[in-house]
Amino acid sequence: MSDSREQILNRVRAALAPLLQRAPLPEWERELVDLRGTRNSTDLWALFAERLKAVNGTPLTTVAELVALLESNGWRHGYCDPALWPRLREAFSTAFTVETDFDRRRIDDYQFGITAATGAIAETGTVILSDRDTSRRLGALAPWVHIATVRRDQIFADLTAAVAALPVDPNVIWVTGPSKTADVEGILIEGVHGPGRQITLLMAG
Amino acid sequence: MARQLIDQFAAKVPADKRAAVYLGTKTTHEKRTQMLLDQFADPDRLRQLAGEIKQHVLENLDTYLPQVEAKLTANGARVHWAATGEEACATVLQIMQARGATKMVKAKTMVSEEIGLAGYLEKHGIEALETDLGEFIVQIDHDHPSHLVRPIIHKNRREIAQSFEREGLGVYNDDPATITRRARQYLRHKYMAADVGLTGANFVSAESGRLLVVTNEGNSRFSLAAPRCHIALVGIEKLVPRDRDLGLFLNLLARSATAQSLTVYTEFISGPKLPTQPDGPEEMHVIFVDNHRTEVLASDCREILRCIRCGACLNVCPVYRQVSGHAYRSVYPGPLGAVLSPLLAGGHFADQADLPKASSLCGACQEVCPVNIPIPDLLLRLRDKAKREHATLAAAGTPPMGAWAILASQPVVWKAALAVGQIMDYLPLGLIPVPALRAWTARRTLPGWRGGEFRKWLKNRNKS
Repeated sequence: MSDSREQILNRVRAALAPLLQRAPLPEWERELVDLRGTRNSTDLWALFAERLKAVNGTPLTTVAELVALLESNGWRHGYCDPALWPRLREAFSTAFTVETDFDRRRIDDYQFGITAATGAIAETGTVILSDRDTSRRLGALAPWVHIATVRRDQIFADLTAAVAALPVDPNVIWVTGPSKTADVEGILIEGVHGPGRQITLLMAG
Repeated sequence: MARQLIDQFAAKVPADKRAAVYLGTKTTHEKRTQMLLDQFADPDRLRQLAGEIKQHVLENLDTYLPQVEAKLTANGARVHWAATGEEACATVLQIMQARGATKMVKAKTMVSEEIGLAGYLEKHGIEALETDLGEFIVQIDHDHPSHLVRPIIHKNRREIAQSFEREGLGVYNDDPATITRRARQYLRHKYMAADVGLTGANFVSAESGRLLVVTNEGNSRFSLAAPRCHIALVGIEKLVPRDRDLGLFLNLLARSATAQSLTVYTEFISGPKLPTQPDGPEEMHVIFVDNHRTEVLASDCREILRCIRCGACLNVCPVYRQVSGHAYRSVYPGPLGAVLSPLLAGGHFADQADLPKASSLCGACQEVCPVNIPIPDLLLRLRDKAKREHATLAAAGTPPMGAWAILASQPVVWKAALAVGQIMDYLPLGLIPVPALRAWTARRTLPGWRGGEFRKWLKNRNKS
């Protein structure tokens, strides 16, 4: 195996040796990737909500709205991050079954999953999940409905800001709307392997 | 052989498939262009910049590869090197066998297609299941992808519904939503049962060792949430210098590929899961694959290694739109494939030497390329290479130029030919028993003889 390492690196060196000079690394200004109409936004939640709706996601600002939405769709069985549940449980009636542990053997039982986001990106309507802050990768992925909670102070204006603040975490994932495909005849279908509904709930402080 | 292989294939593409490919690619291309122009002040500068960054990486791979290896190792991943496709396959198998693993879920990776990984693993008793909806359908049909981003652009819903019925995934139903739900239901339990999740990487940051994997369906995320081992198969050209540069490439990739601001899932992976996280891989392997890439790096076509596999050049190409992906007889179709495939063929260059001729050199591919690859120039360099190496495939359908060479290099003969050239108008060219010449004249009309006019004009011009 280490033979191949040396072989490959030797071939790379040999390939590059004849170059009289090598292409320099260009510097670039962040303004180049600024999207028109995003930079001057002051209310980042409002921008985030608008962009999330544009990718068929659902922004919510109260737990009551969330409970009403779940109820009206008959989604009564779900998973919730154990750290979040004490703050939410009051709004959920006894008609709901909410588990604070996610059982890998019963992934089809959970209709919704509530987890904490580590941030959000306003210009794209994206929520950011990480191993450290999001209690379970599967809890945010396997159920039909995923609800990510986010605070105002966690919202980045744009992609560049979010890249600059990538957390030190082995796994960071940006989720932009419900999972989707257009593989069959180019027709958009939501809810492929991941959630068909992507909800973001704004939390106070 | 009178015609190019790609023309022979194109002649057999059914009209409905041709129309579907044409419409699908044209729509995506137009949305992409509108989006870039609407959203960025100078989208063209972005492309050039991204191209410069990738070129810098390629020309400094001797520094960046050891750097990223050190980063990944420090992050807790194991790094492997595979000089050939076979070695990459064998490395995956060894990793699996060492864990006693028998089941793999695969996210979409072009390099795994390139090295034939799924077939190799199946031969060794490993279940290697494609999870991208399109790739899954390609797999159950024993077919091949025909587009980088939309692997089944060549199939319609009726064919897919028949395949699902045949595979026992429910009675015939060609509603795309039903097809998608059935795949969802079938595959989610496959993820849970799998020992290993395999992905590629769209980019790897040399600065942090972060692998970037993007999907819309969520299949790569599931492959990294359920199984306990992650194997990433990465071409050595996939590096970018800094995390910051990932932002630039992310802004370009989804817009170029599918006219989205961002793909739904954009995942940054730098190592095995955190110990406090219950889901995800405890073990992570990264296999850097050469498989002729260093030969491309040594060639005068190294710019093609900038490619980020977005498919924009396919969508805009007038030839791809007519012939569709399978016509290119390789994993990488379209203008990019016409350059890359013959180069990656190594000693079998001659078998694909005709592909660089499958272009009108209109230049649209370079104009849309998010890393500004000079594809038309590279096509010309490969045509030149094919000529020098006497690749017969490349010469198919082209009249021999020997007679022309004699005429054009001897002034006396040239003048004599001009004097009697009028005869060309009366010669039955189609009857000359040279197959290539016949093929050439069958669809082309020779214009009337006007030889000598220029010389006359020039002479008169000098007088006055």
